[in-house]
Amino acid sequence: MTAATTTGLVSYEDAVRRYDPVLGIEVHVELGTRTKMFCAAEVEFGGEPNTQVTPVSLGLPGALPVVNGKAVEYAIRIGLALNCTIAESCRFARKNYFYPDVPKNFQTSQYDEPIAYDGWIDVELEDGAVFRVEIERAHMEEDAGKNTHVGGATGRIHGAEYSLVDYNRAGIPLVEIVTRPIEGAGERAPEVARAYVQTLRDIFRTLGVSEARMERGNVRADVNLSLRTSPDAPLGTRTETKNVNSFRSIERAVRYEVSRQAGVLDAGLPVIQETRHFHEDDGSTSSGRVKSDAEDYRYFPEPDLVPVAPSREWVEEIRASLPELPVARRRRLQTEWGYADAEMRDVVNAGAVDLIEATIAAGTSAAGARKWWMGELARRAKQDEVALEDLSVTPAQIAQLQSLVESGRINDKIARQVLDGVLAGEGDPEAVVVARGLEVVSDDGALLAAIDDALAAQPDIVEKVRGGNQGPVGAIIGAVMKATKGQADAKRVRELVLDRIGR
Amino acid sequence: MTNDLTRLSASDLASALAAEEVSSVEATQAHLDRITAVDGDVHAFLHVASEEALETAARVDARRAAGEEVHPLAGVPIAVKDVVVTKGLPTTAGSKILENWVPPYDATLVERIKAAGLPILGKTNMDEFAMGSSTEHSAFGNTKNPWDLERIPGGSGGGSAAAVAAFEAPLAIGTDTGGSIRQPGAVTGTVGVKPTYGGVSRYGLIAMASSLDQAGPVTRTVLDAALLHELIGGHDPHDSTSIDEPVPGVVEAARQGASGDLAGLRVGVVKELSGEGYQAGVSARFDESLEQLRALGAEVVEVSCPSFAYALDAYYLIMPAEASSNLAKFDGMRFGLRVEPAEGPVTAERVMSATRGAGFGDEVKRRVILGTYALSAGYYDAYYGSAQKVRTLIQRDFAAAFAKADVLVSPTAPTTAFKFGEKLDDPLAMYLNDIATIPANLAGVPGMSVPNGLSDDGLPVGFQILAPAKADDRMYRVGAALEAALESRWGGPLLSQAPDLKTTELAR
Repeated sequence: MTAATTTGLVSYEDAVRRYDPVLGIEVHVELGTRTKMFCAAEVEFGGEPNTQVTPVSLGLPGALPVVNGKAVEYAIRIGLALNCTIAESCRFARKNYFYPDVPKNFQTSQYDEPIAYDGWIDVELEDGAVFRVEIERAHMEEDAGKNTHVGGATGRIHGAEYSLVDYNRAGIPLVEIVTRPIEGAGERAPEVARAYVQTLRDIFRTLGVSEARMERGNVRADVNLSLRTSPDAPLGTRTETKNVNSFRSIERAVRYEVSRQAGVLDAGLPVIQETRHFHEDDGSTSSGRVKSDAEDYRYFPEPDLVPVAPSREWVEEIRASLPELPVARRRRLQTEWGYADAEMRDVVNAGAVDLIEATIAAGTSAAGARKWWMGELARRAKQDEVALEDLSVTPAQIAQLQSLVESGRINDKIARQVLDGVLAGEGDPEAVVVARGLEVVSDDGALLAAIDDALAAQPDIVEKVRGGNQGPVGAIIGAVMKATKGQADAKRVRELVLDRIGR
Repeated sequence: MTNDLTRLSASDLASALAAEEVSSVEATQAHLDRITAVDGDVHAFLHVASEEALETAARVDARRAAGEEVHPLAGVPIAVKDVVVTKGLPTTAGSKILENWVPPYDATLVERIKAAGLPILGKTNMDEFAMGSSTEHSAFGNTKNPWDLERIPGGSGGGSAAAVAAFEAPLAIGTDTGGSIRQPGAVTGTVGVKPTYGGVSRYGLIAMASSLDQAGPVTRTVLDAALLHELIGGHDPHDSTSIDEPVPGVVEAARQGASGDLAGLRVGVVKELSGEGYQAGVSARFDESLEQLRALGAEVVEVSCPSFAYALDAYYLIMPAEASSNLAKFDGMRFGLRVEPAEGPVTAERVMSATRGAGFGDEVKRRVILGTYALSAGYYDAYYGSAQKVRTLIQRDFAAAFAKADVLVSPTAPTTAFKFGEKLDDPLAMYLNDIATIPANLAGVPGMSVPNGLSDDGLPVGFQILAPAKADDRMYRVGAALEAALESRWGGPLLSQAPDLKTTELAR
């Protein structure tokens, strides 16, 4: 057993009080191109094993790679979105190592000549604080195949009777994004790590370069972490926790490593530079293989490929076609909508930005749209334990509902009944109002009869109001509303009641 | 009649086929018969595809009979070096590790051959993974030189050269990484051409050194080489190093050259590729050929390429480095030989190790180890990095030389064919065979070997012509002119002076 596993964990709070964590994150994103990085094999999730292959992606003798132009375009998009410089010319390299899921026994990757480098991205934390992460590089490479170990208890290679390899994934284009050391996050390191990957995920989706579905492994993160005694001290020895594949896990992995490394350092032992595995069940990490200088990938420029040299015109064309990125869009929308910082933050955290934007586009005021999505609809989503966007009501229907309220055809209370109807699949709000007969009663004749009944029933209140105290008038109005099943126009009722009493 | 058909050049056979004086089935059968008769001794072929070849021939005959337009070489049989993948035909690259492997796809050049209707006679022997200069490194036995069965046919493409020299095929495909087309051409009295790098698609060539490998024609005449070059050359989207331009007009150049006028052409003699280390007979034939070129109107000048002195050293770093990576895929996991360790656990890593240990021959292992070392951390700059710098210097030498001369010339190989076993235990002596051919591969320029006589030992000698990249047509012009002049002096092709091979009686 290594020393590291025998030392205890230090509580996270204690650890970050005494140590300064430094992060480094490598994110791999599978590009959503139609075909693979170096051949015409189709890329589709969930195909029968070894059906999406060509001689190239199987590494058959004689096969040669050809660079997928769409993948290069996507890599440039990512690079530009991350404020990187795009290389005028860059080469692929071979990373040589023997492993059955790597068909050629080398991975074609970029080594010392990434397509994009020297960038940054602003990451917004949940409380609205902005943290800038510097990007060292974004480079292109190909994915490996997938091993399945059969037999044995754990599904791991040890104890397995045999292993199956599916090369459908082999050769799928990847972009790997590597940060510079992320310093200064302090106790918020787990949050920063999570928010960074989340930001990238949102960017990939906005750029349309990947479906970026974490659960399918479209986005995979390796988290490097080291501790030092103070922000002025040199960087400590880092560990690399591989394949942390959900946002929550990223946060947990960082917390665990902070606690674990603090324990190691407290015991006066050195942190061992190694890769570590993350365990979803208990949030811990365990030692993988030790990274040492002995690991030698014998990189050399890929002689089967000519350099990729994106013309400046093309790069500028791509830059001009980039969609607005999530953070910039949120800032613009907040200004347009006039929401306070806290309001906007709540909207973002609730995942309501798109819904509110669409509702506003359908004619509702910014305040009206927020009232619905962050109020009644948020309540119902929580009650049903679904995401807002999964409620069976569209922004257009909410816009219609609000316009019914604003035109006075229904009141707020009735509006909630109309919403019930919409959610129950009874159609648009207009249709529900008609079908359920929920239109506001504003016919004075019908109202006066109900008012006279109410006045007659509560003479004491009538007296108080006549005496100049308008407070209790609500009791009369309430009775009228009750008598009209809530469909009366409350404002008109008030006017008529006061008129009747003679005030 | 059938024996005569095998003596025809591809060009003449193509004319006879076009005139329907002979059918492709007859021509193909004649060559298959010749293979049966002599290949027991020569062993040029690792696999003979009689059935498939005759089927192709019959199809071409039918198309021609139906009046369809067919490719000028349609129906002319061809042999393919076993390093080129052929769908449905075993492809071993001369290695145990690929024994019985049948590729599921065709190399681009094979697709072109099949589309043009050339019957593929079979796959020819070679040094394992094209590593060698004698074909002695084949895992499946030596190919013999038809001029003297005690001697090597050159390598790595000894099989293709011997097949053509022994009249078993009028055309063959070779590959040339450091001279594997040209040196066998020289020692068997045949024509061999390494086109400009990128001129012929490498898709489907089992790679040795990707930045050096190039496929090309192996034939008995310069015109035949041009016809085949034109067929297999040209851009291929499956090979990103392929040149996206039309093939230079090599056939036209060969025809023009045969008229014998080289007036105004400047021929550069590379000082560093002659003299010491070259067999006397080789040097004598070289000087005579220069005289011949002068007589045809060429101006002969001397050029110096000082960096060529380091070419062999650079080559033996770059080639093994790339080969060590290219050959990594042979691991028993997906195709070919799979060997489980004799004892102990059967893990992927141990199967890979056992398979490679059993499947690769000594020369392959030597180069894989050399290359792995040259690429290792801490050595990369000193070895691979320096070699790449030498490569740049050699390219500059070529550029300077081609400013003074239209083509460069040298003997193709320093000696005539040596005897089996003579250099097998001395890799360095073996490597020296390629001293004159390697610079072209390092610079990516085209090279050709044309037979230019017999040395004092009665064995053939080759004359190498080098041209600037993408100017392959120039060497065809010069090669054809020299060939025509020499043949008129000899009163026929050099190969007609080769001894008759013992033939095995046909059992039919």
